[in-house]
Amino acid sequence: MSFFNPTRRQFFQAAGLTAAAGLLPSLSFAATKGKTLGRVVVIGGGFGGATAAKYLRKLSNGTIDVTLIERRKEFISCPTSNELLAGLREYKTLVHNYDRLKKQWGVKVVHASVVGVDAEKRKVKTDNAGEFSYDRLVLSPGIDLDFEKIAGYNARAQETVLHAWKAGPQTVDLRKQLVDAEACSTYAITIPKAPYRCPPGPYERATLVAHYFKTHKPNAKVLVLDANEKVQSKEKLFTGVWAKDYADILEYRPNWNAVSVDASTNVVTSELGDKERADVLNILPPQRAADIAHIVGVVNVNGRWSDVNWLTLESTAVPNVHVLGDALQAAPLMPKSGHMANQHGKLAAAAIVDLLSGETPRPPVIANTCYSLVDDLRAIHVDSVHRYDADKKTLLVVPGSGGVSKEPSEQEAFYARAWADTIWKDVLA
Amino acid sequence: MFRLFPFALGMVVAASAMAADKPAGPVSGSPAALASNCYNCHGTDGKATEAIPPLAGLSKDYLVTALKEYRDGSRDATIMHQLAKGYTEDEISLISDYFSQQKQ
Repeated sequence: MSFFNPTRRQFFQAAGLTAAAGLLPSLSFAATKGKTLGRVVVIGGGFGGATAAKYLRKLSNGTIDVTLIERRKEFISCPTSNELLAGLREYKTLVHNYDRLKKQWGVKVVHASVVGVDAEKRKVKTDNAGEFSYDRLVLSPGIDLDFEKIAGYNARAQETVLHAWKAGPQTVDLRKQLVDAEACSTYAITIPKAPYRCPPGPYERATLVAHYFKTHKPNAKVLVLDANEKVQSKEKLFTGVWAKDYADILEYRPNWNAVSVDASTNVVTSELGDKERADVLNILPPQRAADIAHIVGVVNVNGRWSDVNWLTLESTAVPNVHVLGDALQAAPLMPKSGHMANQHGKLAAAAIVDLLSGETPRPPVIANTCYSLVDDLRAIHVDSVHRYDADKKTLLVVPGSGGVSKEPSEQEAFYARAWADTIWKDVLA
Repeated sequence: MFRLFPFALGMVVAASAMAADKPAGPVSGSPAALASNCYNCHGTDGKATEAIPPLAGLSKDYLVTALKEYRDGSRDATIMHQLAKGYTEDEISLISDYFSQQKQ
């Protein structure tokens, strides 16, 4: 089977070898014609879905037809968005497009909302772009926020009491609230019981807001109201930084489960009836697999998360549907992170290529790395390697692998920022 | 002119690979999937352009040695000494081989 069509090859010859060598990677995938291994539709163009779309094309040498359906015209990165809150990053650096996914990798990108999936007929129905047939469906829905779990957190309250837990306009608005706040204001963040998106994220956010206050509003305070009994990630590193650098600014309260909010007074109330008022109130509600996962019918753990076969990430509820990212009922010690979603995307892509080729998917091993900044110059990390265990039928952390930083360092902040620039390219370009 | 030779040789290799019209079968499975674990930080196919070092085109021996030293703790690192412990000797060999074959 010829991989390059004759017209392209003639073009390469005419254009000369230099041009051919330079253009080869991009044109080869875009130009693939002829027999395909199959059709895959990917719903959701975040860290998981966009990665799956790219790697389905890459690992199949362009022989799988891939359509990515994403509501938004742009990719907005949650990772690193906390930096923006401290004035350390511009919003535009979070925003990326799908152009290279289309041009370099030959992914068909459709901007539409999915309104339903017919798992029998293997069809996806959208609001404004018609229907799409698939052999395999990849669903990377992300999370939705359970506002109803916090009494009073209605649509009107959400206009002033922000979550900013999906990067976008709320990230910018929360930054504005922090900048506009009076000199001796209090910023309070509530953290839901685990599991939630990005385990270290709330602590990084609190730390970076404390850094902003320390450098710009030294009389302002940060109050961390955590429904969990302790810091959920990089615990000793975060608490060490708080004690050393932010002792007069940041206060941490464990076992503080926010259950209601009054947006007119900015008062939040705990399960035990404790009340706190904050000038800038930032509530992270409990989370679950996003609505589309419920519509497709893959939510089969506690009405919140999706269980999968870890060899392929195929749903245990709906055949031929592979679920990725934060929506999963995670394997033991596996975080809901953008890095992990990217690895899920590659795992599912490799498995689908095998399945569509009539081969048996191989047991996977994947890894996570997650950096958090603790001020403008220093960062810390947590990492882990997760390997398929045939007996337990899940991914388990390889004994002895993984760990955290010894201490915050400038070198890791350098790597943290390079990580972001590199993973955005690995997902989209 | 003489100094251009290695570059020109690369072009000839690229040209013959194209002319050979290799079958376009999928390359899923272990080496490509394993190596892709590293791309988040080291770039797709190890072709990072940021501060974290690229791996594409490095020699297999060098990569195997470095990963084994990370794994046994004899080579200093911020994170690689923790991640390298997650992989077997065979996997380190496959990953290293994959990156050694990528063009920088």
